[in-house]
Amino acid sequence: MADGTGASPPTDVATGIAVEGWSCPMPLRDHERIVAGHGGGGKLSAELIEHLFLPAFGAAAEGATPTDAATLTIGGARLAFSTDSFVVDPLFFPGGNIGDLAINGTVNDVAMSGATPIALSTAFILEEGLELSVLGTIAQTMGRAAAAAGVHLATGDTKVTDTGDGDGLTITTTGIGLIPDGVELSPQRIRSGDKIILSGRIGDHGIAVMSVREGLQFGTDVASDSAPLTGLVAAMLATPTGRGAIHCLRDATRGGMAASLCELAVTANVGMSYVERSVPIAEAVASACSFLGLDPIHVANEGTMVAFVDPAAADEVVAAMRDHDLGRDAVIIGEVVDDHHGMVVARTSIGATRVVDLALGEQLPRIC
Amino acid sequence: MKYLDEFNDPDLAATLFDQIRAVVTRPWAIMEVCGGQTHSIIRNGIDQLLPDEVELIHGPGCPVCVTPLETIDKALEIAARPNVIFCSFGDMLRVPGSHTDLFGVRSRGGDVRVVYSPIDAVAIAEDNPDKQVVFFAIGFETTAPGNAMVAFQARQRNLTNLSLLVSHVLVPPAIEAIASSPTSRVNGFLAAGHVCSVMGTTQYEPLVERYGVPIVVTGFEPLDVLDGIRRTVIQLENGEAYLENAYPRAVNAIGNSPAQAMLEDVFAVTDRKWRGIGMIPQSGWHLSERYADLNAETRFDVADMDVQESDLCRSGEVLQGMLKPNECPAFGKECTPRNPLGATMVSSEGACAAYYQYGRLESARTLPVVESGVARG
Repeated sequence: MADGTGASPPTDVATGIAVEGWSCPMPLRDHERIVAGHGGGGKLSAELIEHLFLPAFGAAAEGATPTDAATLTIGGARLAFSTDSFVVDPLFFPGGNIGDLAINGTVNDVAMSGATPIALSTAFILEEGLELSVLGTIAQTMGRAAAAAGVHLATGDTKVTDTGDGDGLTITTTGIGLIPDGVELSPQRIRSGDKIILSGRIGDHGIAVMSVREGLQFGTDVASDSAPLTGLVAAMLATPTGRGAIHCLRDATRGGMAASLCELAVTANVGMSYVERSVPIAEAVASACSFLGLDPIHVANEGTMVAFVDPAAADEVVAAMRDHDLGRDAVIIGEVVDDHHGMVVARTSIGATRVVDLALGEQLPRIC
Repeated sequence: MKYLDEFNDPDLAATLFDQIRAVVTRPWAIMEVCGGQTHSIIRNGIDQLLPDEVELIHGPGCPVCVTPLETIDKALEIAARPNVIFCSFGDMLRVPGSHTDLFGVRSRGGDVRVVYSPIDAVAIAEDNPDKQVVFFAIGFETTAPGNAMVAFQARQRNLTNLSLLVSHVLVPPAIEAIASSPTSRVNGFLAAGHVCSVMGTTQYEPLVERYGVPIVVTGFEPLDVLDGIRRTVIQLENGEAYLENAYPRAVNAIGNSPAQAMLEDVFAVTDRKWRGIGMIPQSGWHLSERYADLNAETRFDVADMDVQESDLCRSGEVLQGMLKPNECPAFGKECTPRNPLGATMVSSEGACAAYYQYGRLESARTLPVVESGVARG
């Protein structure tokens, strides 16, 4: 027994081993400087916003929605307004490059308000030494992605920095969109009984990027799911009861499906419950995650969302989604419950339950 | 899906649960030795569906957890030096030393890199001849052959800028330490399947005989773990104790001979400190005489660092099944997943962290409104 009276751990008489003093290292959370996890979309990111940015911004940020698109009412019109910065290593990966991500990411943030995206700004921070042909290819991709999403690239900015290895590029895009009359999507509208619909497979983007990252090749042909979700959202809202019955949408990007569900469970103060076996995961993604010790629910997506829909309309919405190219694998994975408020609980493959939590920062491959 | 869907099948799992319920007549405490098995148990909720008589005790088989504080501090010291590229498995980066962690070193300009394969360190050394590259070689027998290959390749390629910080640990001495402790409640062990893939199973026969405990070599998917538990319970109910292989698709008696030859060449058995436990004789590997010049501890002059660990945490008792996590005075107060005091509160597979999460679940059920989603455990 540890009695707390001595400085050295008590030892077992027979073996001379202090089994009782067993302790294990743990993640340090109180960093004095920015660490990688602050950008991972998990708890560290959330803490940075809650404990640094919002208090520092004070009244100027009152009512801000740091993880959503904001809704601004200007004249009679309601505008969705969102911004996002994109860094990815490597710049090119199966299924896309940083250019697609920068367009689709902000388009999707705007679309999650039910808005039709109108215009984007694009700002580039380029490292000295970046090849113009690389930048040109990325810019062309952005042009095509914007055209596909039906959004105007209205303004932009370019800066050059001499830090880094000379091959880096950061893109920030900011977007606005017009929210149609009668569309009111927000976490506050999520209610007990809502069905949770997942629009497609999870984990493709994160694993596609990891598969080409230096030193990690596992021979998969997984491609990023990066895509604009505007058309899919429009198809959902066009169902007979869609405008009223669809309560909230969230694209499951950084932090994966788990982060979307956990954040919304807290914001809406509801419980959520889903069935693990109903979540579509590509075989190669499941294998790669198993191999690396990652959980696919925390792996990033760039063209997959969760929807919270009135149970009476859920089947109709799923059917509409399945008619759309990006919603072919849409499925009801669970529901909102009047229980364990603020918490997400998964039913495991063998029929037990587990609490799903935000990852701390970036997921790290486990050794064993 | 090969080896995933088959070994997660709910109907087969239900059959195994039924079989365990059918044979069990009294309480048994079974320790799964490997952290990978603990992860599978918690991740799938296997412990929730077992009959009350079967208690799982989560053993010392997480290499990240048992790497001594002193070794972490040595890693931090080396990684912070200029001209060093420090290569580590990913989940070591968050492990705190006395003052910071490898992420902290990186945020202050240290060149710390995550490698997915140990051999990546060899390539990094070749690509950076003007830097000293250090590989953090930790783990049980499972990771050891790959880590040994780093030393072997460094020698083959005459790399003078590559060295290893080695803190390997061995499973059989840990089982022996627990089995021989008079305070231990463990009736049977699930041995770590992948350790046995490398080392074979013969090392465990003397332990079965000496301590009269069943040892069942067990895999990692839910059905593997359940089958290991089922076989252990059957042995215990029959009053038997023998070595059994419940993971034959990956394990045979002799193990991986080429890997063992590599280990014999590169490493030598040594006394090893285990974090929180202390010294276990002959329980680790360090570099053999032939590879002693690749020892980062001597190359960077950190061999004499000596660090005292805190003794506040009672996770040792939790690990032996003598204390439930929520019976610990620090549980949910000084010790939370945000500020864990011990092994078992660290990650989702830790016993205390699991209790904390389910404590949250229960609190949320009794308290309809939970402020910012965090309840007291």
